Amino acid sequence: MSPIVSVLVALIAIAVVAWLFRFLGQASTSNAPFFRDMPYASAFGYILGGAALMGGLWLYLQDGAVFFRWAVQGFAAFAVAGWLFRIFGRVVGTQGSRKLFRSMPLTASFGILTILVYAFAAVFAGVIAPYGQDEIIQGVAANIVPGGDPAIGGNPDFPLGTDQLGRDLLSRLIYGAQNTVGIAFATTCLAFFIGCTFGFLSAVLQGWFDQIFSRAVDVLMAIPSLIFALLLMTIASVWAPQLGIPLTAFMVVIIAVIDSTRVYRLARAVGYNIVVMDYIEAAKLRGEGLGYLIFKEILPNATAPLLAEFGLRFCFVFLTIASLSFLGVGIQPPLADWGTMVRDLAQFVNFAAFAPQVAAAPLLAAGAIALLTVAVNFVVDWMLHRSSGLKS
Amino acid sequence: MGTVTRIILQRLALGLLTLLVVSVVIFTAVNLLPGDFAQSILGQGATPEAVAAIRQDLGLDQHPVTRYFQWLGGAVQGDLGTSFASANFAAFAGSDANANMGTVASTIAPRFENTMFLAGVTAAIAVPLAVFLGVLAALYRETVFDRAANIFTLSSISSPEFFLAYILILLLAVLNPILPSLSNIFDGMSFSERLERTLLPALTLTLVVTAHMMRMTRAAIINLLASPYIEMARLKGINPLRVIVKHALPNALAPIINVIALNLAYLITGVVVVETVFVYPGIGQLFVDSVKLRDIPVVQACCLLFASAYILLNLTADIMSILSNPRLRHPK
Amino acid sequence: MSTLLKIRGLKIEGRSDETWNPIINGVDLDLAKGEVLGLIGESGAGKSTMGLAAMGYTRDGCRISEGSVEFDGIDLVNASADVKRDLLGKRIAYVAQSAAASFNPAHKIIDQHTEAPTQHNVMSKGESADDAMDLYERLRLPNPQEIGFRYPHQVSGGQLQRAMTAMAMSCRPDLIIFDEPTTALDVTTQIEVLAAIRKIVEDFDTAAIYITHDLAVVAQMADRIKVLLRGDEVETAETREMLANPQEDYTKSLWAVRSFQRPQKPAINTSATPVVSVRNVTAAYGKIDVLHDVSFDIHAGRTVAVVGESGSGKSTAARCITGLLPPRIGHIEFDGQTLPLSYKQRNKDQLRQAQMIYQMADTALNPRVSIGETIGRPVQFYMGLTGKDKRKRVNDLLEQIELEPTEYFNRLPSELSGGQKQRIGIARALAAEPKFIICDEVTSALDQLVAEGILRLLAKLQDELNLSYMFITHDLATVKSIADEVVVMKDGKVVEQGSKDQMFQPPHHPYTDLLLSSVPEMDPDWLTNLLDQRGVDNIGDAAVKKM
Repeated sequence: MSPIVSVLVALIAIAVVAWLFRFLGQASTSNAPFFRDMPYASAFGYILGGAALMGGLWLYLQDGAVFFRWAVQGFAAFAVAGWLFRIFGRVVGTQGSRKLFRSMPLTASFGILTILVYAFAAVFAGVIAPYGQDEIIQGVAANIVPGGDPAIGGNPDFPLGTDQLGRDLLSRLIYGAQNTVGIAFATTCLAFFIGCTFGFLSAVLQGWFDQIFSRAVDVLMAIPSLIFALLLMTIASVWAPQLGIPLTAFMVVIIAVIDSTRVYRLARAVGYNIVVMDYIEAAKLRGEGLGYLIFKEILPNATAPLLAEFGLRFCFVFLTIASLSFLGVGIQPPLADWGTMVRDLAQFVNFAAFAPQVAAAPLLAAGAIALLTVAVNFVVDWMLHRSSGLKS
Repeated sequence: MGTVTRIILQRLALGLLTLLVVSVVIFTAVNLLPGDFAQSILGQGATPEAVAAIRQDLGLDQHPVTRYFQWLGGAVQGDLGTSFASANFAAFAGSDANANMGTVASTIAPRFENTMFLAGVTAAIAVPLAVFLGVLAALYRETVFDRAANIFTLSSISSPEFFLAYILILLLAVLNPILPSLSNIFDGMSFSERLERTLLPALTLTLVVTAHMMRMTRAAIINLLASPYIEMARLKGINPLRVIVKHALPNALAPIINVIALNLAYLITGVVVVETVFVYPGIGQLFVDSVKLRDIPVVQACCLLFASAYILLNLTADIMSILSNPRLRHPK
Repeated sequence: MSTLLKIRGLKIEGRSDETWNPIINGVDLDLAKGEVLGLIGESGAGKSTMGLAAMGYTRDGCRISEGSVEFDGIDLVNASADVKRDLLGKRIAYVAQSAAASFNPAHKIIDQHTEAPTQHNVMSKGESADDAMDLYERLRLPNPQEIGFRYPHQVSGGQLQRAMTAMAMSCRPDLIIFDEPTTALDVTTQIEVLAAIRKIVEDFDTAAIYITHDLAVVAQMADRIKVLLRGDEVETAETREMLANPQEDYTKSLWAVRSFQRPQKPAINTSATPVVSVRNVTAAYGKIDVLHDVSFDIHAGRTVAVVGESGSGKSTAARCITGLLPPRIGHIEFDGQTLPLSYKQRNKDQLRQAQMIYQMADTALNPRVSIGETIGRPVQFYMGLTGKDKRKRVNDLLEQIELEPTEYFNRLPSELSGGQKQRIGIARALAAEPKFIICDEVTSALDQLVAEGILRLLAKLQDELNLSYMFITHDLATVKSIADEVVVMKDGKVVEQGSKDQMFQPPHHPYTDLLLSSVPEMDPDWLTNLLDQRGVDNIGDAAVKKM
């Protein structure tokens, strides 16, 4: 009970301080509009925020709070990186890109920077990584602890340690960018190709074509996507060895098809909104064909929403693949991939109390997944905000 | 018959039809499997007699359409068939494969209950929290609070469930041992003990679901606050609280209910990963294990169960928004 | 007379793209008790912003940067939220453009009516409800005892607008802001709302600011008129004075718009084959017939105006001619040849001969395609011209619509004004070198000056190229200026047709008569005279119902 009581006491204290804050503010500024029109909820919010900041500062100075310090430092480092990148973007580049960077929030510039770094790591993984992704390094022990501290079983040559087979984890983490991100990207592209083709065709042709595909998509969407993916992966895992096709290829197709249903919905909706426009009617009455309508009239007007959706879909596909891999039915060994790494290294989290750096390896792999999706989401959020702002 | 009743009956029929088609899809997908289950259960060295016996036992020698209707008929009555894993075990043990312990229904039932408990705890925390925070973010939009909430929710939506799960384990089980990191739940546990062991997975799910729900609630409310009748209410000099309660809320109900139902449906997917991380004996973990074991009847049954829950929740959202629409409730 | 509202040097800015742009640049306004001020201007003049500022209210993303708004001695710019809230609804009320959107769909009309009086402690709920029925009676709403207990969506647009006026009156305010209250209504409905508003403002001696873009409307309603142009005041004067003797050039040009009128052409040679002939067309959306046995002809070089209110089927008739909606019964003839019913079965030449110009230039032009390509596409598609020939033809077309080719060729539609976009729509139609063009409400979305330019251009092109127009409109002023023949439609039927001179001379079909008499005229006494002549129950929906 005691934590609940202390929380209650703290809240009451904050409530009292907030009232005093507003009252004193009104009195000392002779009712300036800022304090006069301040709702009590806002005053409460200010004080609550202040208290949270103080609490955070106190925690930061505690000896035991290693992870909290890492988190704060990491957050600050990301913020500074995003800020520097934005300054860079404001100075370098074409006039258009400079203008873009001027009105960009920090989250978006951080997102763009992160995506660039990931793309770089994915493309040049073979150059950056010190070892091969499935290279079992001779004469090196398995299960070297991350952190490079020999006292607890680390090795400075392997800053992130080695896995149970003696493969360098840093290299596998870098190759993970290539495999996990690359496969997710390919899958998303495939999903978009399928979804957009049928979505636009439905919007233009309407009638029975639209009916058949829309109903089919309704049914497919009634099965939760991860569940459906798991079901199909079960079947694929039987077929794959018989046909001699890697399971990963099946996974790409399965997830692409499942995800294309969502893309179809959006493409169809966007298409429908464009098809009712008078310029489409004008083109139809001119006698233009289907190809001209889709490629010249609809597609150019659908790029903005589709691009935003591409970002969101990529995140979704990426997370689905990571989850499948984490559950053991996704990307298959010997390819290095983040989801599998988390699963294999997860038990090290339990040693964090004794040596914080030991928990770093699984958290870094999981964090690598999270960081990219956060970055993409930040950029998409900014894009959507921009386009909605421009409309009004 | 009223318009509303007619529309709702239509939706119910449509939901039932969807479920039926989904069951066909699931059944067909499973029947795409090559070769013979009996063979794969018993391995390469099995005698043809043993294979035939298993085939007959599992009804694999019948036509797929017959098997579908048998399966569906059974499913409607709560009989979801025999688990291959149990059958396999039974075959080796030499006992009767149709013994009660081997049925899918008996495997699923206790786990289903556990999952419902987990989902219930999550919903009890997440729904009020998310709606409250979402409304708050909409009212104080473009403030520091809103921006911080935006970053926080985006981050937690973007993170894979297992990342959040391990972070919570790290914080609340390893560094500060407040809650157990494994959720081994068994019969005859006291409620508070059970709650304690469910709390960590529930919190993980809460983080994800709350973020989604809060963003959607915020968007729905902002959309609503921009409508001319809200401006009209303000221009009538109505105080802000009354504008929210009297003018915004009745119209916000439909979108908010929609948001809640959609996110509870989302829980279904989240449950699979989170139960695996915490070794929570729910239906999600059973599903993943069965997938790995290729225990087809259990996979089928779980799929059907997940899909039914999903369809049911979407249907609820649909019907609720019809019910709360004054244009339909009071036709011309 | 004592001053009720005093605005001095008001400047309002709006936020877009991270910068503050001026919307109102220093406008003064005085309003005496019981006076009605008309605020007129074209779109973007800042009329609505000005009206809301008179209530001490700015929309999200706008702010008052300078100046003062004083209502009955209270400084609304610096007043606290509580002080303002106490005034709003009680002493200053607001009537919005769209009553359908401004009534809360979740509550009954009467509950929304009684909200302000009870919240401001002016009346009890019961008193206010009784008062509402009295107001509904005065505003001549049907079933005044019962109508308040309906939900907003159960009441028609014109009635809802009157109910909103009653709601604004619920606390007997000193000032009401009317923000384009009749813009969204048909002419026959507009008139009953105008009559109601004027009556109630006179009955209770309420001061009002009446915002509109329609000069004839403001002439009926206002004692004084203030003209705004892009956030600046142009001039202010008493209504009669302003109408008789406008001072500024801009005001004069507004007055002059309605002067453009083409003379009636000689009678049609009935032996000639009409270019387009609509023969006994009945058409349906789904199972419901929306056109009933419609027939009319359009001859070479003539303009046929198809007139009617929303839902009269005039646009549906156009869709039948273009083949977008194949008729259920009947057919369309072009130069004496029967056209295939659906556009999909028509050949390229049949499609080329009939072109269309749309109401909303914004949706009629693909926003991602440059002007040159928009006009160039039909040139290439129908005429097979490419490269230099195509470019030359497009340049000729741009010159024909009075736009400088080199300047506009590479622009995107978003870089043009509304009138220029409409010209591009005309050029695209001309590029096909058609005989016949359907103009669907082409001037409705434009400000009056711009609209007149478009009408003049269309008339010029008709004379040069011997084009035939089908001119769909709800605006009789437009009909007067450009039509040769007129077809009046109502509920999917042709009510009356004939030459323009015939149509504007009595005797008419009663519906045509109602339509004609409902169009406000610039004469300030027009509404009074009309009401004297016809009586309050022979205008608007009530009169339509009697037919």
